[in-house]
Amino acid sequence: MKTIHVSTKVNGDTMEFVCGPDESLLDVLRNRLGLTGAKEGCGTGDCGACSVTLNGRLVCSCLVLGAEVQGAEIGTVEGIATEGALHPLQQAFIDHAALQCGICTPGILVAAKALLDRNPDPTDTELRYWLAGNLCRCTGYDKIITAVQAAAQKMRAA
Amino acid sequence: MDTGTKRTFKVVGTRPPRPDGIDKVTGRAMYGADVSAPGMLTGLILRSPHAHAEIMSIDTSAAEALQGVKAVVTSKDFVYQDDDYFRDVQENCLATTKALYDGHAVAAVAAVSPAVAKAALKLIKVTYRKLPHVTDVDAAMRPDAPVVQDGRSLETVPAGMSANVTHHSEFGHGNLAAGFAKADLIVERSFTTAATHQGYIEPHACLASMTADGKADLWCCTQGQYNVRTLCSAMLGLEASQLRVTASEIGGGFGGKTTVFIEPVALALSRKSGKPVKIVMTRDEVFKATGPTVCASMDVKIGMTKEGRITAGEAHLRYSGGAFPTGTVDMGGQAAFAAYDMGAVRTFNWNVLTNRPKEAAYRAPGAPQAIYAVESVMDELCQKLNLDPLDVRLKNAAKKGTLSSYGPTFDDIGLIATLEAAKKHPHYSAPLGEGQGRGLSAGFWFNFGGNTCVTMNINTDGTVSVTEGNPDIGGSRASISMMAAEELGVPYDKIRTIIADTASLGHNDVTDGSRVTFAVGLATIKAAQDAVKKMCARAAKLWGIDEEAVEWVDGAAVPAGDNAGKFPPMSLAEIAAVSFQTGGPIAGHHEFHADGAGVSFGVHLCDVEVDRETGATKVLRYTVFQDAGKAVHPSYVEGQMQGGAVQGIGWALNEEYIYGVDGRLQNAGFLDYRVPVASDLPKIDTVILEIPNPGHPYGVRGVGETPIVPPLAALSNAVSRAIGIRMQSLPMSPPRILAAVMAHDAKA
Repeated sequence: MKTIHVSTKVNGDTMEFVCGPDESLLDVLRNRLGLTGAKEGCGTGDCGACSVTLNGRLVCSCLVLGAEVQGAEIGTVEGIATEGALHPLQQAFIDHAALQCGICTPGILVAAKALLDRNPDPTDTELRYWLAGNLCRCTGYDKIITAVQAAAQKMRAA
Repeated sequence: MDTGTKRTFKVVGTRPPRPDGIDKVTGRAMYGADVSAPGMLTGLILRSPHAHAEIMSIDTSAAEALQGVKAVVTSKDFVYQDDDYFRDVQENCLATTKALYDGHAVAAVAAVSPAVAKAALKLIKVTYRKLPHVTDVDAAMRPDAPVVQDGRSLETVPAGMSANVTHHSEFGHGNLAAGFAKADLIVERSFTTAATHQGYIEPHACLASMTADGKADLWCCTQGQYNVRTLCSAMLGLEASQLRVTASEIGGGFGGKTTVFIEPVALALSRKSGKPVKIVMTRDEVFKATGPTVCASMDVKIGMTKEGRITAGEAHLRYSGGAFPTGTVDMGGQAAFAAYDMGAVRTFNWNVLTNRPKEAAYRAPGAPQAIYAVESVMDELCQKLNLDPLDVRLKNAAKKGTLSSYGPTFDDIGLIATLEAAKKHPHYSAPLGEGQGRGLSAGFWFNFGGNTCVTMNINTDGTVSVTEGNPDIGGSRASISMMAAEELGVPYDKIRTIIADTASLGHNDVTDGSRVTFAVGLATIKAAQDAVKKMCARAAKLWGIDEEAVEWVDGAAVPAGDNAGKFPPMSLAEIAAVSFQTGGPIAGHHEFHADGAGVSFGVHLCDVEVDRETGATKVLRYTVFQDAGKAVHPSYVEGQMQGGAVQGIGWALNEEYIYGVDGRLQNAGFLDYRVPVASDLPKIDTVILEIPNPGHPYGVRGVGETPIVPPLAALSNAVSRAIGIRMQSLPMSPPRILAAVMAHDAKA
């Protein structure tokens, strides 16, 4: 199979890669660009562990082809902290014990940030429905909701 | 909630940030699938498409001939195992003569790319002879049922039963007939629970590298790297010292990562190809070929006086842990009535083979099913006798001195305090609306200790490195560091705890049985005491006094007795700084088999609303009460209580393995196997009780498993009360509830 050359921006940095026509964006991020923060939990768009933003839109990177991201801007968990400082969401997840095993955490952080970028003051119900595509098997979601709300409050106050 | 006087702590009981927190929120933490090696090959596994089939032949020649294929392996590449347990684990990793379930591994390839590996799988020619199959536990017990594996029955099984029945046990005491004769009301019901999967979000993954001289390295996501070493070295014929296993960060396990599936296969592929091999399971493979819990069919009979005192109870449990023998039903039989002080109790327990994947442990294995059945009958008795379900449980609750239903006499336990906390909680008296119901259930788990080994190095800059051997599955590195800080009297942030590979520390049992915070914590405390003794000796040497005349107070050696006040205290950092001049590096160590893990009880309260038009259940409110002995890091104790409760809610309402008439799994994905999502749930409130475990210096009990036990009955009792129909089968998915409501309405 012929590979395809793609030029894109990941977390603000220009990156180039070649990939097969059947290769997912998740595989490209993990195997070609060395960004293993996004995880494959299912490969079918059901678990959200591979969540990234594509031109600002929240997507499951396992359902996007690498070849599709020519000229796009991609945001992954590796880009959430800026210049070494944790994003309020990241700090809140640590402070509120919102992670146990941590495998879903990158996807949930990307998804939660995408929500707060649109809606800085979500209700718990809005938040729970927004995160319904991100499975967490450890926490029962309780502390995740608390952490996102705490971060949202901090971000609104900033 | 504090229930008594006990020692005061400086670090234990606080909520510091976890040491792996930043790695996990930035994407830096390395899980099973996150590492690669130069020259690495992709390994893939070929699986049986049949529920039950004889493997007539496996022809790998075409696959081997494909350009880019570097190795193909079958069961012939493993060493024959004499021991039943080892042989079963090996047989589950690669089948020899029979495929025992849909998804059973039969061969594997390693190739230069995933595409080539996929193409190679298609070139492996397996000739099967299909055999009749059985996936239902009751059907598998019938004498004429298809036999999954012959000759596996233990002598505990009476003659004349199906060869699928591999094990029978009984537990209990007292005279059942006399007990039932004293009852004012006897309720006897049958129940079923579906097999459910642990549902960890991280699929199994490993990277194996083995050289021609028999040295091997294995990186994998596991709950126990030492057990992986034991199993893999046996299968590959390696000496334990030559196989170094490193546990990656683990993306959930819940018991399901306590054994091996792909790890020995990757090693065999690496040995054959001479290159590193990485295998990562797909979600489909995880569902089809890794351990779900048992499916169960159960009959429970309980007699009660009209005042609510249990007079007798019996349970007949039939569990199937899939195609291989398992003793999980014993734990169900032992746990079933553990919450109650009973004069007459007996459980009759059967394990049955079916053409399903080999069971792996899932959080309190065997207990949720049996306790669901018992607590459902308890609730029905309370309803029929018009008694308060918490009062009845309080009236019958086991306490210190109670002869438990499974043999031992209980020491200090927290069941009564937990029930009382539930009773006075505002949740219990909150009003319910139309169509709503409230359910409760008690739950129990044994907890374990086990083989444990910890090393603690006192660094010359006054910091401390703790090396332990149990993968951190829910924040245990934080709690271990906290206990080290408490015992040494130094700040938490001076300590870093790491998980050793198998070559760097002695054996540690698997992270299971809610054992880590208890047993590794205890070993850490003892290792700290060992280090303290050595530091006191160093100070004594510097002061020129007797070692015995030095005490450790608040992180420093101080002269005691006749020497009190003669020298200023010498801190850990001061002693460490001069250690090279006083005898060399300082380290503490402790290795032991930890006993004294205190049992754990929990009580869950839950409110639901059921839509009679659709059969859908909404959980409105949920509160978990549990005795933690001593909560070392309360946030992570709450996390265990919340996470376990939600797994139990999923089990009660939606999760199930669904088999077609062809014996194949029909819902091997998260779309059709529906685990709870954030929008399904309310807040999960928690109340931690602290009734100290006499077997631990801080009173710690394991907390991880108990919380999955009560939700099944709590939900079923709530739903049954909400719709006025007693539910007897899990999951209570919308179609099942709807069918029950329609049948009930048609009759009315």
